Amino acid sequence: MRIVCPFCGERELGEFTYLGDAKPARPAADAGEDAVFDYVYLRDNVAGAMSEHWYHGGGCRAWLKVTRNTLTHEISAVEPAAGVGAAKVGA
Amino acid sequence: MKYSIFSLARAALSGHKNWQRTWRDATPKDRYDVVIIGGGGHGLATAWFLASEFGIKNVAVLEKGWIGSGNAGRNTTIIRSNYGLPGNTGFYELSMKLWERMEQDLNYNTMVSQRGVINLYHSDAQRDAYARRGNTMRINGIDAELLDLAAVRKMMPFLNFDNARFPVQGGLLQRRGGTARHDAVVWGYAHAASALGVDIIQNCEVTGFTRDANGKVTGVETSRGRIGAGKVGMAVAGSSSRVAAMAGLRLPIESHVLQAFVSEAIKPLLPGVMTFGAGHFYVSQSDKGGLVFGGDIDGYNSYAQRGNLPVMEDVCEGGMALMPMIGRVRLLRQWGGIMDMSMDGSPIIDKSSVDGLYLNAGWCYGGFKATPGSGLVFAHLLARDTPHKEAEKFRLDRFQRGAMIDEKGQGAQPNLH
Repeated sequence: MRIVCPFCGERELGEFTYLGDAKPARPAADAGEDAVFDYVYLRDNVAGAMSEHWYHGGGCRAWLKVTRNTLTHEISAVEPAAGVGAAKVGA
Repeated sequence: MKYSIFSLARAALSGHKNWQRTWRDATPKDRYDVVIIGGGGHGLATAWFLASEFGIKNVAVLEKGWIGSGNAGRNTTIIRSNYGLPGNTGFYELSMKLWERMEQDLNYNTMVSQRGVINLYHSDAQRDAYARRGNTMRINGIDAELLDLAAVRKMMPFLNFDNARFPVQGGLLQRRGGTARHDAVVWGYAHAASALGVDIIQNCEVTGFTRDANGKVTGVETSRGRIGAGKVGMAVAGSSSRVAAMAGLRLPIESHVLQAFVSEAIKPLLPGVMTFGAGHFYVSQSDKGGLVFGGDIDGYNSYAQRGNLPVMEDVCEGGMALMPMIGRVRLLRQWGGIMDMSMDGSPIIDKSSVDGLYLNAGWCYGGFKATPGSGLVFAHLLARDTPHKEAEKFRLDRFQRGAMIDEKGQGAQPNLH
């Protein structure tokens, strides 16, 4: 697997760190325990195309949003995840 | 078919040409008391314990490929019970005791070899952690010995003791640990379960569940037609989320790929199973002479049964740090399996929120050693509707209750367990 970083170009997998599914969104502070449980512990565990967060620690140190097929490892899109981290904490 | 010295002698007299198939390849009936999804070690062990311990013999095991074609045939065959946390300690020792009598129980040679498992330590802090784990094991009646440097040198003089960064200081040894022949475990349970009337049905993929008006599961839809069931048990680690989704469930599980490796055969070198404490590398030597080894999962979600090069490099570096002389040994083959990584690194054996559907999932990359124990406690749950006393902590709702069993202390990030 190689990832084409929008800032650095095509780089080998060892430069990247995986966070996971990009879909779960942090619930509002007053959302209740069930919503927090769902966010922290439950996963769709997608078999197929999945949008996920990768960190390019061995390169530009940017967070990326990668669309990758979990059945084949084929990567169809890579885009910067700018603003996602901020949106998660409600900033 | 009962195996003994006499059956061996009889077969030898006829040139070993008359061995019978050891289990029946069944065709599905309309209905069973219990249907187990997944013909790996855990599914077949569950069926055997249902028939032998709990008297439930109208049982089918459904396998989408051939039995043992998933993780049961892809692991590094290590058995041990060196766990430190309540819940795990007792369960894995139950499993260890079942390994010790498995061949007699099943009348099948599963090549259980208690050649010892040693975890090396490389710092004072790690020695303290291992001493604590060893003490926990001994308090619970499990064998454990903390070896100092001299004892490890005597046992494995070929290690690189002069590594400046990660000097070997000693190790925690469980002599009763070791290896077993993974395929033979599958065939052994199939042999014994089939003899008690269990139907083993291959090339039968479950495509959905049939439910009654109250939502209770009444059977499964399969590629070989509809099969009715009093209860349905899932033992499909790696694909648990996909099968559970057919019943509308979401699980605290991610699927990740773990790679394993075998080298070309070399002369006898390793006395048992050894793990490197400063990286992630575990190795044993097969009876054929190959070094069987592995390390971390790749770290990204995957249902592809293959991994990538960075982890392969990392695993081999771990091996080279301990045994520099294996640099001349060639890698024979390498493969990947799909792990049910749970959110705390421990398994889930419980009823699901869907009536009639039972879960055996979340084995992470420790499922093989659990095979007999998992079969017994899952059969207990299916037969009695209450958890076995050694599996009381493996509940699905433990994440909601904050009662996680997190041996590694990593939190809800499955790729780090």
